[in-house]
Amino acid sequence: MDRVKTEELTGAEIVVRCLQAEGVYYVFGYPGGAVLWIYDELFKQDKVRHVLVRHEQGAAHAADGYSRSSHKVGVCLVTSGPGVTNAVTGIATAYMDSIPMVILTGQVPTHAIGEDAFQECDTVGITRPCVKHNFLVRDVKDLAATIKKAFHIATTGRPGPVLVDIPKDVTMHKAEFAYPESVAMRSYNPVKKGHAGQVKKAAQLILEAKRPMVYTGGGVVLSNASAQLTALVRMLGFPCTNTLMGLGAYPATDRQFLGMPGMHGTYETNMAMQNCDVLIAIGARFDDRVIGNPAHFAQNPRKIIHIDIDPSSISKRVKVDVPIVGNVADVLDDLLRVLKSESKKPDPAPLKAWWKQIEEWRAKDCLKYDRKAKIIKPQFVLEKLYEVTGGDAFVTSDVGQHQMWAAQFYKFDKPRRWINSGGLGTMGFGLPAAMGAQLANPGATVACVTGESSIQMCLQELSTCKQYRLPIKIINLNNKYMGMVRQWQQFFHGNRYSESYMDALPDFVKLAEGYGHRGILVEKPSDVEPALKEAFSKKSELVFLDFLTDQTENVYPMVPGGKGITEMILSEDL
Amino acid sequence: MRHIISILVENEAGALSRISNMFSARGYNIESLTVAPTEDASMSRMTVVTQGSDDVIEKITKQLNKLVEVVKVVDLSEAEHIERELMLIKVRAGAKEQENVKRMADIFRGRIIDVSDNTYTIELTGDGAKLDAFIKSLDQSAIIETVRTGASGIGRGNRILRA
Repeated sequence: MDRVKTEELTGAEIVVRCLQAEGVYYVFGYPGGAVLWIYDELFKQDKVRHVLVRHEQGAAHAADGYSRSSHKVGVCLVTSGPGVTNAVTGIATAYMDSIPMVILTGQVPTHAIGEDAFQECDTVGITRPCVKHNFLVRDVKDLAATIKKAFHIATTGRPGPVLVDIPKDVTMHKAEFAYPESVAMRSYNPVKKGHAGQVKKAAQLILEAKRPMVYTGGGVVLSNASAQLTALVRMLGFPCTNTLMGLGAYPATDRQFLGMPGMHGTYETNMAMQNCDVLIAIGARFDDRVIGNPAHFAQNPRKIIHIDIDPSSISKRVKVDVPIVGNVADVLDDLLRVLKSESKKPDPAPLKAWWKQIEEWRAKDCLKYDRKAKIIKPQFVLEKLYEVTGGDAFVTSDVGQHQMWAAQFYKFDKPRRWINSGGLGTMGFGLPAAMGAQLANPGATVACVTGESSIQMCLQELSTCKQYRLPIKIINLNNKYMGMVRQWQQFFHGNRYSESYMDALPDFVKLAEGYGHRGILVEKPSDVEPALKEAFSKKSELVFLDFLTDQTENVYPMVPGGKGITEMILSEDL
Repeated sequence: MRHIISILVENEAGALSRISNMFSARGYNIESLTVAPTEDASMSRMTVVTQGSDDVIEKITKQLNKLVEVVKVVDLSEAEHIERELMLIKVRAGAKEQENVKRMADIFRGRIIDVSDNTYTIELTGDGAKLDAFIKSLDQSAIIETVRTGASGIGRGNRILRA
């Protein structure tokens, strides 16, 4: 590794200097015994700012939301033992959604490791299955190079969280410091460019397609390839869908966008996914919530092109015909170049017939709901949220029905605006993720769409929001039920609503006020829009909007678990 | 189908655990696993024997390659290769049995490496089937202890796995 000027520093100083060298602006964390020396060094400087959360899960989610909304690395710092175990849910959340994060954890001194010391846990062992990689630094001499590697691994290839466990004595010992400028690892060399021959093959398939479908996921967002995707889809005139993780990568208000696919995807998208003859999968992984039963999906013959940076995602659940391993943005650049140089163009006649079929499916209007209801429909709140924010907010969500409605009804035209836990499905993600998004985008409108159950899982962060004056707008769709659990119990468990009703809910308005925020209770459909307008006019205040919504509303369409994606349950009034 | 996979991995604490973890987390089976440093002490070579369809083996090799510390992975059973396993087996060998045990060890080209009044310990190398056959050839009630290393493998001729 290249080394430039050197100086002797303590491990704690080295940690802070590494963060400065990486250009880290915010560290989300919570102090404790094992990281006291690092906190001491943070105190002595003002380049790296620390955001004090109220629970380590919040630190991980906030760093995650910061990264998703900004394409920067999210960094968090927690102490040993419970500091780490509390953060694990947040780390696993980031891992499932491939979010670049660096997690610095304190550890008991090296001589105490393995002796069941106070606040000791096997951090590297506990987190191994939910990080891209992790390190235990036993010697201060290795500290800077390890942190450099952590940032390198987190941000290259398929991104992901990387953890560096630092024993307390390592933060006290001294070593020569020079931050390495580059990293060379013989065991880790992710590809960028796709194989030229495969790109050509893909182009041929695309040009011969009669019923094409472009299916893209979080990889397009992570790779910052929205512009290339939009250019490709517009040039070809093909229909396009973005998964829950990929929303915003292609503008949702565009006619060629068919809506989200999968379990709660639109009718037209699921029909097109099943019936297409060439499926162009980009940065997506055919997961169970998207293609349902793989055997059912395989019943229709179709050629599949799969562009992904992770070879292990290719042919994992569905056999593909033209795999292209590479960074999505690079591969799309090459694909666009090849397609533009081709004299052959897609045959317009079959494409026109395909669009006619798609429009017939679209005419089903699968997202319709009762607009005349006397009680607030959750879908209505989201439509109004979209209107009031001009479609330009950063929207985080928790997990459940509200998440699906937000994905269906808020039309994201830009990437990195929709921030949700798609892979792990972590309730409690929304509020701390919104803190990260707000800090990454000061002055921007940030809304957290949540429910009365999810919000209570990281509620303590309302205090963090007060401390850092984060003017997040919380859209609480309060139906007094764990709505998605209730929906499954209604459909598949004979209406036995086992433990899905939330009794003894707090008065959310008073609760918000207790934390020093503003709260608004909304009980009537006619009050929805005025309340949203009032809330979003408060540019410097957090407003907690508690919408009492229809308790029995369900998310439609719905593909029951284990079924094929065209075996959808549609709303009763269709 | 049985596959024998060779892995070159950075010789770092936790690397073995990362690999065995991947197998258990994803529900793949490990029949045997051997590991030791190579001529380059910064690297270890691991041999994993596993069972699975071609699809499963492809997934296993992809998941192995994805691990940050894994340098190279090859499915040895894809082509010509040699595999060997070492067994140490302790059998009852009193005056009556000694001659027969010695004879069987000779037939299988095993070596008697420890002797006591009533036991012989035999060292035997070969592929798994040969070791199985040797065990079968002995009086089953005479077997006291069996230790097997699991298979190690190497490609034939110019088939080379290096960093």
